[in-house]
Amino acid sequence: MIKKFFSRGYIFLVLAFIYAPIFLLVIYSFTDSTVVGVWSGFSLDLYKRLLTDGEITPVIINTLVLALLASVLSTILGTLGAIGLHYSRGGFGKVVKGASRVSIINAEIVTAISLALIFSLILGTSRSYFSVLIGHMVLCTPFVVLSVTPKLEQMDSSLYEAALDLGATPRKALFKVVLPEILPGIFSGFLLSITLSLDDYVVTAFTKPATFETISTKVYNSLAKGGANSSLPVFRALTTVIFVVAIIVVIIMNIKRKKKKEK
Amino acid sequence: MAEVKRDDIINLVDLRKEFDDGFVAVDNINLYVRRGEFITFLGPSGCGKTTTLRMIAGFERPSSGKVLLNGEDISMLPPHKRPVNTVFQRYALFPHLNVKENVAFGLKLRKVEVTYEDENGDRFKRIEKLTREEIDAKVEKALKMVDLEGFESRSVSTLSGGQQQRVAIARAIVNEPEILLLDEPLGALDLKMRKDMQLELKEMHKKLGITFIYVTHDQEEALTMSDTVVVMKDGVIQQIGTPTDIYNEPKNTFVADFIGESNIFSGTALGGKKVRFIGNIFDCVDDFDKNEKVDVVVRPEDVYLVDEGLGQVNGKIISSIFKGIHYEMVLKVGKTEVVIQDTKERKVGEKASIIIRPEDIHLMHKEFSSNKYEGYITKKNTVCFGDGEFDCDVTTLYPNSILDEEGYLITENGEKIDLTDVDVEVEVGLKDIEISDNLEEGGASGQIVSIIYKGDHYQIIVRTEENEEDFVCDTEYTWNENDIVSVIIKPEDIKLKLKEEVKR
Repeated sequence: MIKKFFSRGYIFLVLAFIYAPIFLLVIYSFTDSTVVGVWSGFSLDLYKRLLTDGEITPVIINTLVLALLASVLSTILGTLGAIGLHYSRGGFGKVVKGASRVSIINAEIVTAISLALIFSLILGTSRSYFSVLIGHMVLCTPFVVLSVTPKLEQMDSSLYEAALDLGATPRKALFKVVLPEILPGIFSGFLLSITLSLDDYVVTAFTKPATFETISTKVYNSLAKGGANSSLPVFRALTTVIFVVAIIVVIIMNIKRKKKKEK
Repeated sequence: MAEVKRDDIINLVDLRKEFDDGFVAVDNINLYVRRGEFITFLGPSGCGKTTTLRMIAGFERPSSGKVLLNGEDISMLPPHKRPVNTVFQRYALFPHLNVKENVAFGLKLRKVEVTYEDENGDRFKRIEKLTREEIDAKVEKALKMVDLEGFESRSVSTLSGGQQQRVAIARAIVNEPEILLLDEPLGALDLKMRKDMQLELKEMHKKLGITFIYVTHDQEEALTMSDTVVVMKDGVIQQIGTPTDIYNEPKNTFVADFIGESNIFSGTALGGKKVRFIGNIFDCVDDFDKNEKVDVVVRPEDVYLVDEGLGQVNGKIISSIFKGIHYEMVLKVGKTEVVIQDTKERKVGEKASIIIRPEDIHLMHKEFSSNKYEGYITKKNTVCFGDGEFDCDVTTLYPNSILDEEGYLITENGEKIDLTDVDVEVEVGLKDIEISDNLEEGGASGQIVSIIYKGDHYQIIVRTEENEEDFVCDTEYTWNENDIVSVIIKPEDIKLKLKEEVKR
C-alpha cells in the first residue's frame, strides 16, 4: 500500500515538473499584466491582440507558411530519398544512408553556421526567403528519411514485385503499392518536420533576411530588447494556443491508433 | 542454340545466374516446358529453383543464357510486360486494398485493343481500359474459382492463411496468363490445409488448361501434383522426369535420397543382371558391366521381411517404430542397416530374413569425384591407406605447424604432438594417381579391374589384393585389364584430415 503510494507520488511529481510551468503559462495568458507573477484581473486582451496586433499577426503567418512549405518540400525530398536509398544496391547506398544520419546527431549550431557560410558565399551579406526555406529543409529532410526508412524495411519486398508481376510499370507500382504502404511513415515524418520548423531558432536566425521574423526570433528579439512596451505578454497567449493545438493533435493520433488496433 | 519444339512454351537455354557476391545460384541449365503441363522444380533450399522461377518471371536477369517464351527471347523483358503471373510464397497481397481490389489490380492496369466502326464504315482501333462491368465479371469468376464468393469487400488482413492463399491465386489467374508461376505457395499452410490445396491446385490446372510452373522443396507435393518433376541441386538439374520415373528410376544417389525414403547400398555389378551388395548376390533387372562399382537403391516398402532362413539375407531387427500405417524397422545385416516398412511388426532383437525382388533393385553408376580412404599415420610420418604406404605432408593436419628433427609435430601454439597411429581420412583426386609398371615405385599395388573410355580419357580402377581397396584414376594412357601395376601419388596430392582431435 505504502509502496503504491510512493510510486504514484513519484510519477505525480515527475508530471508536475513537466506540466506545472505550462499550466502557469496558460493561467497567466488570461491576464494582461506585463510582468509574470502579477495577476491584474481576468482578461482576454492578450488573445485579442494576437489577432489584431499589426506586429504579431504577420510573424505568426510567416512561421506557419514557412513551416508548411518547408515540411511539404522536405517530406517529398525525404521520401524520395528514402525510397532511392532502400532500393539502391551495393556500398554507395550504405554510405549515403550513413551520411544522412550524421546531420541528425550533428549540433544544430554547426548546421546553422555552415549554412550561413554557404549563403554568404552565394548571396553575399543579403539573405532571402529562399535561404531560410533551404535552411529549414536541411533541418527537416533527414528526419523524414529516418521515419520513412523503417516502413520501407518492414514492407514485404515481394509487394513491389507482385505489382510489377500484375502488369504495373515501376512508377505505377511505386504510387499504387509502395506509397500507400509507407504512408504512415511519410505522415509522421511530415509532422516531425512541422514541429521542428515551427520552433526552430538557431537555423532561422542564421539564414533569415533582416526584415523576416518567425515566432522564435521575435520572442528572442523582444526579450533582448526588454522594456514594458515589448510584445512579450502576447506570446503567453500564442504559446497557449500552440500547446492546445499540440494536445489536440496527440489525442487525435491516439484515438486513430486505437481504432486501427481494434480493426 | 537449342532447337525450339512446336509445343514448348518455355525454353531455358544455358541459363546461368551468378549473384554479385559470386554465388552461382543457377549453373547453365537447359530445360523445356511443354504448353499446358504442370512442371515442378524440386530441390533443397539454395538449389536454384526459386532463382530459376524469378528469371522466368523477370525479377532477376540472367548472367548469361536465355529464357525463351514461345521461341522468343524474353530474358531482358521487364516483369510487367511478360504474360506470366506469380503466386508468391508469402502471398504478397496488398494490405491497403480489400479482396476485390486485390484481385482487380491487374485488370485495372490492363489495356486492350478494341475495334470500332465509324459512320463511313471505316474500322479503327483504340487502346482502351477494361470497363467496370468487365472487371467485375472477371473478378467474380476468379473468386468463384477459388471458392471465395462473398468475400469481395473483406480486408485481406482479416483472412486466414488459406483464404489469403486463395486470394493470391485468384489475383494471378484473373489476368489469364499463359503461365502461372507458383513459388512454394503452400509453404505457410498447415499439413491438412496443404493436402487439400494440393488437390485443388491440380483440379484448377485441369480446368484452366494453362501451364503451371511450381517450386517446392516438398518431394511429396511434387510427386502428387506434377506432370513433370525437375530435381535440382547446387544450381544444376539432377533429373527430369515424370513422378514415377523420378521415384522408381532415380539417376543418382542424391535424387534417390531426396525423393522418398530409400536404402542406398554400395555394391558391385557382377554382369548378367546380377549384383552383389550387403554380402549377398541378388538378381536385378539392370545389366551393368562386370565389376563396376554401383550404388544400389531399394525402397523400404520393397523389402519383404520373412522368418530367419527363408529369405536371401539374414539379420537382426535393431529398431522398430510405429508410423501410423506401417512399422518402420531396421534390420542389421553384417555391418549394414536395411530400413524396412511393413504392416506386420517384428520385435527388436528378433532374427529375420529379407527378400528383395529383382525389379525393386535399382542400380546406378557410382560417380567418382575423388578417392576416399581411411588410414593412419606411421612412425616415419608416412600414411598407410588402401593397402599401401605413401609419403605425405603431415604438417597439413595442423595449420602453420612444422616438424622438428625427431619427427614430432610442433603446432603454431608450440605444442608437441606425436602423430604415430593417428587415424586420418585420406582423399586423393582422380587425376592425381599415376600408374606404373614398376611395382617397387608406387606406394600400393594391385590389378587393373576396369578400364572405361570416357571420351577424352580412360578411367582405370586398380584393385589391391589384400582388402580389395580401389584406386580410381583418370589417365590419358591406356593399360590392359588384369595388369598388375603400382600406383604413385605425390605427397602434395594426398589430402589428409584428422578423424578426431588428437589427445595431447
